[in-house]
Amino acid sequence: MVIDLSFKTPNHQGQENMSDVILEMRNITKTFPGVKALDNVSFSVRQGEIHALVGENGAGKSTLMKVLSGVYPYGTYEGDIFFQGRECRFRDITESEKVGLVIIHQELALIPFLSITENLFLGNEQAVGGVIDWNKSISMTKELLEKVGLHESPNTLITDMGVGKQQLVEIAKALAKEVKLLILDEPTASLSESDSEKLLELLLQLKAQGISSVLISHKLSEVSKVADSITILRDGATIETLDCHKDPITEDRIIRGMVGRDMTHRFPPRESNIGEIIFEVNDWNVYHPLHEDRKVSTNINLNVRRGEVVGIAGLMGSGRTELAMSIFGRAYGTRISGTAYKHGKEVDISSIDKAIANGIAYLTEDRKAYGLVLIEEIKNNITLTNLQAISDAKVVINEPKEMTVTSEYKDKLNIKCSSILQLAVNLSGGNQQKVVLSKWLFANPEILILDEPTRGIDVGAKYEIYTIINRLAAEGKGIILISSELPEILGVCDRIYVMREGKIVGELPASEASQELVMKYIMTQEVTA
Amino acid sequence: MKTLSTLFKSNIREYGMLIALITIMIFFQYQTDGILMRPINITNLVLQNSYIIVMALGMLLIIVSGWIDLSVGSVAAFVGAIAAVMMVKLDIHWSLTMLVSLIIGAAIGAFQGYWVAYVKIPAFIVTLAGMLIFRGLTLLILQGEAVGPFPMEFQRLSTGFIPDFFGVEGFHVTTILIGILLSIILIALDWRARKNQQKYGFEVTPFYFFVLKNAFITGAVMLLCFLMASYKGLPTVMVILSILITLYAFVTSQTTIGRRIYAMGGNEKAARLSGVNTPRLLFGTFVNMGVLAALAGLIVTARLNTATPKAGDGFELDVIAACFIGGASASGGIGKVIGAVVGAFLIGVMNNGMSILGIGIDWQQTIKGLVLLLAVFFDVYNKNKSV
Repeated sequence: MVIDLSFKTPNHQGQENMSDVILEMRNITKTFPGVKALDNVSFSVRQGEIHALVGENGAGKSTLMKVLSGVYPYGTYEGDIFFQGRECRFRDITESEKVGLVIIHQELALIPFLSITENLFLGNEQAVGGVIDWNKSISMTKELLEKVGLHESPNTLITDMGVGKQQLVEIAKALAKEVKLLILDEPTASLSESDSEKLLELLLQLKAQGISSVLISHKLSEVSKVADSITILRDGATIETLDCHKDPITEDRIIRGMVGRDMTHRFPPRESNIGEIIFEVNDWNVYHPLHEDRKVSTNINLNVRRGEVVGIAGLMGSGRTELAMSIFGRAYGTRISGTAYKHGKEVDISSIDKAIANGIAYLTEDRKAYGLVLIEEIKNNITLTNLQAISDAKVVINEPKEMTVTSEYKDKLNIKCSSILQLAVNLSGGNQQKVVLSKWLFANPEILILDEPTRGIDVGAKYEIYTIINRLAAEGKGIILISSELPEILGVCDRIYVMREGKIVGELPASEASQELVMKYIMTQEVTA
Repeated sequence: MKTLSTLFKSNIREYGMLIALITIMIFFQYQTDGILMRPINITNLVLQNSYIIVMALGMLLIIVSGWIDLSVGSVAAFVGAIAAVMMVKLDIHWSLTMLVSLIIGAAIGAFQGYWVAYVKIPAFIVTLAGMLIFRGLTLLILQGEAVGPFPMEFQRLSTGFIPDFFGVEGFHVTTILIGILLSIILIALDWRARKNQQKYGFEVTPFYFFVLKNAFITGAVMLLCFLMASYKGLPTVMVILSILITLYAFVTSQTTIGRRIYAMGGNEKAARLSGVNTPRLLFGTFVNMGVLAALAGLIVTARLNTATPKAGDGFELDVIAACFIGGASASGGIGKVIGAVVGAFLIGVMNNGMSILGIGIDWQQTIKGLVLLLAVFFDVYNKNKSV
């Protein structure tokens, strides 16, 4: 590790602030072939603060953090990094972790079939001469788990825990490395509201213990709740750093900085034109695929009308995805009972191809694992749901026709790509989601079930997705929107179902709904139980 | 307009392998003082490698689906043994025997496909079991001895040549006519594809490239036919191979089934949630493999004119190597029929050339292993560079 011990001081900082600043990145420029990902970015974090880093996807947040943690080693970027007053030239992650810089990535880096203890000390084993001291490891694990407020046995396997708890294990792992600056990349993206709440609470506790953190997040409500300062990146440049203690920062204020324009409407306006019921399920019961006596959906009755956007609110794990997938050709669950009606007539949707043939589409919550064939071209992904439509005699693919059709979707949904022959893996999250949407539109469904369609994509792309949803509703399709973000449910839907523990516990028109009211439906049982 | 160099770069894998094949052929042609390209040797080369190519067609689909089949060598031997016993010991007509053999191949494929596709046991395990099972059954059926010889009609499957209708002494005119016909068809198809692209307003490759490409292909086809015509004409196996290769290249690149197989190999869950019946498709891929392994078994048996317990030993490795040398990805979703065929020929030419040069089996194995590693390294290297 190259650490310059001469205590070069960042010269534009006043001497009295020196001890105050734990991290200073100065004039960082990082270029990839053809793209300037970071252009002269400066970023500094004070000792003991929670510093939020926000910006649209592709603004350069992750790149900046990769420069910081040594993923992009010294020499591949321009600019200087000072950590605790010393200049740092990291060659890889181990070097940055050694000085107390730990980054927790969005995709957790835990080994599923190893225990908490084994994961905590992976690469940092408490060993003497290569032989692991398990007693010491386990007692240290207990201490660390206590610190992060996780009540689990140190021997629990990662695979047996929920994502929320896994996230806590990641933080414990960082603590085991004696972290001084914790960097969290979208830590709550896949957490439920209550788990997110716990995590933020923990960040505040760590702050009280003097551990600074950098929080990268798309959820502005969280940012404004916990952050002491907010740095906004846009197009690879620092736009501004806001001090949350000086003046009150509203979400709209942050969004204005992120998108470079006022976004008075986060949701596009829409005139609802709602017709008759086009799809409904009655007395729908679903059992868990492995634990066959565990019910995951109980006596569900729901319907959607022509031109209507129906929301399903609820916590993660409340059975929304399970319900949606069981309706979509029984893609989930066993012993499914109940009836489905389309235009008042019972329909057979007992397999996925039958569901698609009956005009139902399901956009999964995990677009990378379930939505896209990442190694294939955009065009092949779009046409997969309805290959016959671009084939001669339903078998031989007419490639020029396929290109024409998919190009239309590219233009209509504004998919930003070099060409429809680009591989899906090389697209940004928002554009990938548009490809998944195109693919379902290509199947020409009447009923679209959208499961977390805006997860992990930036504000601008979200707006575009909402616009597409509105357009589809205006075309007379029925839309079921599953979302963990209440503002989204309230902003987009006409009617809202609330799910809890596999049951529908409330149904209310959007005009009567408020965030507090829906939350009350979601939480009531938990409060009284 | 795309330039020649960008075209080359975007298809570097395919052209790279083709260039490697041609280079190796020229090398051995020079080293063996012209023996390699003699009509009789080319006939031999095709005969020796025909069953590898036949099985590589099926194996490619399995590998693209994301799996592997280790049992093909044993299955080929097993089907060969059954055919031998039927014809020699039970005196059943050769045509019925062939039909039954292919059906047995399909049944074996269905058996293994069932475990993989519906019970979800990894194919590596299922086909490893199959490899042992069918080798054992081969020994059982043959009772440890070689069975043969076979009727002439059956032997013709692998050692026969297509008949000549003209009777010019020392020159097989039918072969030349087939070559001309084939060239015309290939040029016409390519021309039609080009027109179709233009109709939809897409960029096409420059005209000179079209001319060059077709001149090259026509040249290669005509050269081959001319060489063959000066010997005994086209071997039957070569005709069967051409038909199969064309069929599989077409199915994988131009049809909905092919597209679905690639999608399944690229992301099985996404494909299933897009309405692709992935278990049935995977099952079908294994049935297909079974039939092709059976066909390969018949060709091998006919060529050796005897069924032996050790037949087909280690074939699976050559077949799998051919697919990987041809650019298939072990994690599925990537690979082309033409690549696998070129890969099979590459191995074949090396085997043949090294044998002519008198290089021992020890060095042959070593060199083949290195070539496999090098080809896959080339893949990985290119992939990293493009990211």
